[in-house]
Amino acid sequence: MTEAGRMHHDMGGQEAGPVQQAAHSHPDWEKRVDALMMLLSNNKRRLIGVDEMRRGIESLGKDSYTKLTYYERWTASITQNLIEKGIINSDELGRKMAEMEAHAKAGGGRIGETD
Amino acid sequence: MARFTSGDSVTVRRAFPPGHVRTPYYIRGKSGHVERVLDSFANPEELAYGRDGLPKRPLYRVRFAQSRVWPDYSGAPGDTLDVELYEHWLEPAGEESA
Repeated sequence: MTEAGRMHHDMGGQEAGPVQQAAHSHPDWEKRVDALMMLLSNNKRRLIGVDEMRRGIESLGKDSYTKLTYYERWTASITQNLIEKGIINSDELGRKMAEMEAHAKAGGGRIGETD
Repeated sequence: MARFTSGDSVTVRRAFPPGHVRTPYYIRGKSGHVERVLDSFANPEELAYGRDGLPKRPLYRVRFAQSRVWPDYSGAPGDTLDVELYEHWLEPAGEESA
């Protein structure tokens, strides 16, 4: 950080190079993350507000913020918020992730997919 | 009620609190004028931590001369920039510290 007090995500006016204007497609998992956030934040549920979502992303720290892609940052923040609110806990999340990883290693398709 | 009204000259506080804030770094310490008073909203800097954000805070659309925001601005001299800012980030112009 070269300027005192500027948080990494707050990069308005910083040197950033040319804007990439070409359209790009989104893989399915990104669409799912987007849909998940819409469902968590809609008026029926209101489980995560947009401000809580932003706060989670801003809390990632410079290295993670830079390394992760846009929807990976969303995933990290959604996860953090759901744990904080007691909707999921770390243990069950960790077990589910291990289960998914084992399933993928065994050559299975993604769980819950019917293709 | 809203402390400022349309046309008032205001300066953005030069403050650097930790946590979730809604005032971009680049506009802190800059002066402009209130283009319009928008409405009052629950404070997002509180909502970000799961609180209710009340009382609601007035939000303003503040207009800045681009040449006063960016020292090396090379666009047209009349160019302006609008930023929406909450009242607790604004002071009457003239109290600018930098």
